[in-house]
Amino acid sequence: MIGLSAYLVLAALVFSIGLFGVLTRRNAIGILLGIELMLNAVNINLVAFARFNGDLTGLVFTLFTISITVAEVAVGLAIVIAIFRVRRTVEADRLDLLRG
Amino acid sequence: MLASVWLPLSVLGMPFVAFVLLAVVTPLRRSGPRAGLVSIGAMAIALGGALTVWAKGFVGETTWVWIPADGGPIATVGLLVDPLSTAMLVLVTLVSLLVQIYSLAYLREERPASLGRYYTYQSLFAFSMLGLVLAPGFLQMFIFWELVGLCSYLLIGYWYERPAAARAAVKAFWITKLGDVGFIIGIVLLWSATGTFEFTDLFEKAQEHALAIAGLPTIMFLIYLGAVGKSAQFPLHVWLPDAMEGPTPVSALIHAATMVTAGVFMVTRAEPLFALVPEVLTLIGWVGAFTALLAATMACVESDIKRVLAYSTVSQLGYMMAAAGAGAAYAGFLHLLTHGLFKALLFLAAGAVIHAVGTNDIFRMGGLFRAMPQTCVVFVVGTLALAGVPPLAGFFSKEAVLGGVWEAHLTGPFLMLALTVLLTAFYMFRVVFVTFFGRAHAGGHPHEAPWLMRGPLWLLAALTVLVGVRWALAGAGGHEETPAWLAPLSVGLAVVGFALAWALYQRGAIDPARVAAGLAPLDYLARHRYGLDALYTGLYRGVLLGFSRLIGWIDRYLVDGVLNALTALTLRAGDGLRRVQSGRAQDYVYGVAFGMLLLLVVAQLWR
Repeated sequence: MIGLSAYLVLAALVFSIGLFGVLTRRNAIGILLGIELMLNAVNINLVAFARFNGDLTGLVFTLFTISITVAEVAVGLAIVIAIFRVRRTVEADRLDLLRG
Repeated sequence: MLASVWLPLSVLGMPFVAFVLLAVVTPLRRSGPRAGLVSIGAMAIALGGALTVWAKGFVGETTWVWIPADGGPIATVGLLVDPLSTAMLVLVTLVSLLVQIYSLAYLREERPASLGRYYTYQSLFAFSMLGLVLAPGFLQMFIFWELVGLCSYLLIGYWYERPAAARAAVKAFWITKLGDVGFIIGIVLLWSATGTFEFTDLFEKAQEHALAIAGLPTIMFLIYLGAVGKSAQFPLHVWLPDAMEGPTPVSALIHAATMVTAGVFMVTRAEPLFALVPEVLTLIGWVGAFTALLAATMACVESDIKRVLAYSTVSQLGYMMAAAGAGAAYAGFLHLLTHGLFKALLFLAAGAVIHAVGTNDIFRMGGLFRAMPQTCVVFVVGTLALAGVPPLAGFFSKEAVLGGVWEAHLTGPFLMLALTVLLTAFYMFRVVFVTFFGRAHAGGHPHEAPWLMRGPLWLLAALTVLVGVRWALAGAGGHEETPAWLAPLSVGLAVVGFALAWALYQRGAIDPARVAAGLAPLDYLARHRYGLDALYTGLYRGVLLGFSRLIGWIDRYLVDGVLNALTALTLRAGDGLRRVQSGRAQDYVYGVAFGMLLLLVVAQLWR
């Protein structure tokens, strides 16, 4: 039987990988993938707690999260495409219109 | 409403209606002479009303609440009709009417729009002056006092394109304001001590000896300061000669007959109050007499005919004030009335002369008797009245003044005034001889003025004579017995002055230049107006402008400096901080992630 902490460690690892991707990726698509990983790390946490505490609320929340993630990705990709049409690039470093 | 209320009210209202009509209906104002006719018509009706009020001898006070308050109104407006104000009503409306008629011819060559503006101001002036003399309290008097000051400013600066006129207007305005500051402070102090502006209330309190306020002398002195400015008393007399830059009819009306006498009128009106402060009265007497003498000496060396008359006005105002200071305010007021008649006459006659020869310099006139005998005759009538020759109007009032000053045991002022009698005759006959009888210098062909101008002249001359003769028939002099030697003395002094002028300027027995050389220091001082103008200019340049520069420096470098430093600092800081905003989304995520981390670490450590 694998303990709760193993799940939590896994979730932390996935979250960190996702965060690392978000911070270091130059490509906007890559950043979106990183966000996806971070959200899934959260899902792992929720499911793990639900399982070990015998409380179904976590599962329900996970379902919510998954559907919202899909919506978020759809919107994110649409934004990326719109930016690409205007700027001819999806390099995050060069999207600095708001520079002070 | 009673006739004793609506009649004075309509006298006051007519010029106001004319003013509003001319000010609002632009086409009418721009039409020039027609605007003049509106104003003259209103004045004629006002004169009719004033004469009726005078003839019927209305007396009464009507007031309306202006600033209501718990426990009685703070201030009222209204009409105070008594012999004092009715006499002024007649004088003001009469001289205003004559001057306005005269102006129609005198200013014939003005552009219609300018002429309309002139008559608009004239109507406003008449309204303000009438409001001043009818005022039942100090507050209303002050308001109209300022209004006549404004009209004076506007009319002196009537030819505002001329720098001298514009400057003279500003000078007159500011110097009279100097006195008015004292006036308003005095009024407010008196109000805060007694709780009323009304003359009748104040006089009642004065009678009941309920006015023993601490500092009453100071209050009355401050109020007197207003009269010093308005009635051109030493040392604030310097604006009046410069005011001659205005059109001559304006000088006749405002700067001889009416406005400048407002100060005397005010002191006469408030006489029961001034009577409580003998030390201030004595001061008024001395200052008045000194002003009379000082102005007379300056008139002796002046060669501009209008300025001679202006100095003579200052001098005569000094007489009136001296009388008021001697406690003989009625004598001063008498002199005010007669002076209003003959000085307006002199100014208007001088205007006719200037109109004919096109210069103000008496030494460039000469021999005008042949060209304009009628003007000469009326001018001589005015001169005789001013010199105090019986039985003309000026003789009786001047004698009353001298008698009053003598009775008050003000020997110093009396001597100064007596010397001024001599000087008055001298400088006036100097003008007469040089202008009308001397050798002719004038180029061109001087001619008699049109009837529109001569009519008012003759009317004023006739009044000057008639008033005097009537007095002579009614028994010599004023209310009090004057010493028997006084009349011969004053006439004798006038004759000496006449003889001197004759010897110097007509006969040529004495060379004026040698006399001037003999009295060199005095001559120099008088010609330079005793350095007073220079003093004021110096004070203005040195003190006021210096102070302004200091304030300007503080504003520019200290006040603005602090603000400029603050803005510079803000800009600099903003410029540095803007680099934080890279605009790249990932940098912000870095911030969020590491900020979160930091918070977590802190939270852990804190626990």
